Amino acid sequence: MIATSFTPWQSLAGGALIGLASAALLFADGKIAGVSGILGRCLAPQPGDLAWRIAFLVGLPLGATFAIRLSGDPHGFAITSSVPTLVAGGLLVGFGTSLGSGCTSGHGVCGLARGSQRSIAATLTFMATGALTVFAVRHLLGAG
Amino acid sequence: MPVLAALVCGLVFGVGLAVGGMTNPAKVLGFLDVTGTWDPSLAFVMGGALAVNAVGFALTRRRPRPLFAETFALPTLRDIDRDLIVGGAIFGVGWGLVGLCPGPALASLLRGELPIYAFVAAMIAGMGLDRARRLYT
Repeated sequence: MIATSFTPWQSLAGGALIGLASAALLFADGKIAGVSGILGRCLAPQPGDLAWRIAFLVGLPLGATFAIRLSGDPHGFAITSSVPTLVAGGLLVGFGTSLGSGCTSGHGVCGLARGSQRSIAATLTFMATGALTVFAVRHLLGAG
Repeated sequence: MPVLAALVCGLVFGVGLAVGGMTNPAKVLGFLDVTGTWDPSLAFVMGGALAVNAVGFALTRRRPRPLFAETFALPTLRDIDRDLIVGGAIFGVGWGLVGLCPGPALASLLRGELPIYAFVAAMIAGMGLDRARRLYT
């Protein structure tokens, strides 16, 4: 387990940029900036609906890498999970976001900003099961 | 133009994830560890994103159409159904297990870390599994 420090200002600024990008995608292209949906619908794309998705998804790592290089990576990067756990986690995240029509960005940032009842329900649900999972792994099993 | 706009939005979104600290799985797990070494930073990421996006959404919804598209592609589902809750619950378990959700996972692809590739490959497989399930049920 790695304890990280509280970074309210950087996190608020990062959040504002995420909000700006989401608002701009709706304003310019009329699309919701939900990463799981943008990725998931690349698997069986509608005609003419693929290029903007790929462009957005390519932008994510380029933007993040640019920021990390420029800032010297103040938050760091640490994965404590084993590869089998990562594979299990990936399967759950992929299956769950597809079944539940969204993730942290689509429901948590865009849906809540639109006042969507579905997104409020989904966000409360994944926040709760996420916190319960961390509690179980760290405090009941003493791992992670 | 719509593709270029999407690229710019993806870039800014990626910068935001990195600046906010979402790209460190340990920080995400620290946010979810409410009863332990709680790091509330990610509530500030969400708060900042929501505040800006809510204003943006309120301004955009008054416009007849997007700048580079014919129509707004907004979700049409309204019911809080079983798939939404079960899917959200399953996603949360995976998120809490490793500290990665789709945006930060993709944003970290250029770090050249094998664990990220394993997670992203499994995540795409999980999405494919659900889509396959829909075809057969």
